[in-house]
Amino acid sequence: MKAVCWMGKKHMEVQEVDDPRILNPRDCIVRITSTAICGSDLHLYDGYIPTMEKGDILGHEFMGEVVEIGPEVKKLQVGDRVVVPFTISCGGCFHCSRQQWSCCDNTNPNAALADTLYGFSGAALYGYSHMMGGYAGGQAQYARVPFADVGPIKIESDLPDDKVLFLSDIFPTGYMAAENCNIERGRSVVAVWGCGPVGQFAIRSAFMLGAAKVIAIDNEPERLRMAEEAGAITLNDDDGDILDRIKALTGGRGPDAAIDAVGMEAHGSAYDNVKQALKLENDRPYALRQAMRAVRKGGTLSIPGVYSGFIDKVPFGAAFGKGVTMKMGQTHTQRYLRPLLDMIEQDQIDPSFVITHRVPLTKAPEAYETFAKKQDGCIKVVLDPAA
Amino acid sequence: MGNRPLLRYSLRNMKPPTLASPKGPRRRAIPSRKGLASSKIVVAGDQGVKVCRSVTIMAPAERLYAFWRNIENLPRIIKHAVNITARSDIESHWSVSAPPGGHRVEWDALIINEEPGKMIAWRSTENSEIPNAGTVRFEPAPGDEGTEVTVNLEYNPPGGKTGALLAKLSGEEGGQQVAEALRCFKALIEAGEIPTTDGQPVGAPQRKHHK
Repeated sequence: MKAVCWMGKKHMEVQEVDDPRILNPRDCIVRITSTAICGSDLHLYDGYIPTMEKGDILGHEFMGEVVEIGPEVKKLQVGDRVVVPFTISCGGCFHCSRQQWSCCDNTNPNAALADTLYGFSGAALYGYSHMMGGYAGGQAQYARVPFADVGPIKIESDLPDDKVLFLSDIFPTGYMAAENCNIERGRSVVAVWGCGPVGQFAIRSAFMLGAAKVIAIDNEPERLRMAEEAGAITLNDDDGDILDRIKALTGGRGPDAAIDAVGMEAHGSAYDNVKQALKLENDRPYALRQAMRAVRKGGTLSIPGVYSGFIDKVPFGAAFGKGVTMKMGQTHTQRYLRPLLDMIEQDQIDPSFVITHRVPLTKAPEAYETFAKKQDGCIKVVLDPAA
Repeated sequence: MGNRPLLRYSLRNMKPPTLASPKGPRRRAIPSRKGLASSKIVVAGDQGVKVCRSVTIMAPAERLYAFWRNIENLPRIIKHAVNITARSDIESHWSVSAPPGGHRVEWDALIINEEPGKMIAWRSTENSEIPNAGTVRFEPAPGDEGTEVTVNLEYNPPGGKTGALLAKLSGEEGGQQVAEALRCFKALIEAGEIPTTDGQPVGAPQRKHHK
């Protein structure tokens, strides 16, 4: 089959590799009909995620048709159409039983490595480094899906791929980011840093959860326009002091919640660019610093943006001084699949709004470059494995 | 990777392997009292490597105990090439590839104490290549939510202190191996299988290394 392989920093390749096969009794094999490039894949592309190896198959947003099942798979059958969540969870551990799916104890074969770096290992992820399990990803024609009864959600309606594909990651991720804000219906003001795909879903989710006002911050005009279409008040970070403008928009009190949907590769701080380039800092927390200072006293900081290591000059005193609650982490994707699919089926949201580019899987390397450089108004790329 | 101990325990938790039975109502009488007495010097106190690792598994202690008590189950949770043959209810023969060099080392182990559903203690017999002694305990987790499984192991590594250092650097040190076995035990019980990626597709250049 064809698969997108990581070959080093800014070097992706489409290679002919073996088809996946069942390796464990709870596995299934999915023939992929649609797959996407995630903003978090750009951290791999830019070489900021440790423990990648040349030849690793990328991709964690995919869906398709079940073509083979292992002997212990009970809920799925060959022929089922499924969306696969990016978090691999066992369903039987302490964390899964608490719906903390991204904290699953039992799916990372390289858990010892993550233990060493993080204290404990979270759930394995598809195509996202060996520390995160080393599982081959879904930017390919087929994928092996472990714990097939726990992750994939069956799509029984005739909704097109475009409407349900993003249940795999960015819709639940944006939704959880908004849910973590403890929004009070009709009263809460939420500020969202980053209007990439996760930010877009966070904005729409905040409105669905009842936010009175959503302020969206970015510096890409296309992204701000998309946020505006959702009803957000937009601020371009290039236009001067963000904190003053946010205060002015919130009656001087600050937003009740701030969402950092940017993560480790924020733009805007020369200090961080230099330190990251010199390997003195893993992550560039420019948006995080702003959000931490902007959020109101007693407010909530929700962080869906990915961080992988150490960050400098984080105004922790600001967070402490204001009594801020912080919520973060990989998405407990499985928790949201059914409720969000229901919303799509009831036409409350059509997630395909975010797609700007469609290309054949074979053109993935070029698409990565376009997306990374934000050329051509690129916000979300969907890859067609059959084309 | 993994050249540091995975977990550090306070001295309070670093109980040496208990070779004599703790008090308990269901304590099993061990046939050889002589063996028990001499077992105290299997690993001299100041020489051995001491390991203590613990994991919580969402299953009743009795089930976990029963799995572990059937010694021939253990290779299922040990990633290393290991052969274990039960020779009687309390005796087993172990054959493991050990660093440095990966040559095989063998020893006989004897269960010297056990409390059904709670604890198993063992030691190697005389003239073992890796003298060792240990216990595994099964205790209810707080709120009775699963079972805390704790292994205490003490052994004299092949190659002495240098061997122990080499083993640690290559990720083959006893503590790492015990932690990995407990992790596999937990996955097998809770998830029904041990996670793996061995045999999955991979791009060049890794493909060449694989086959």
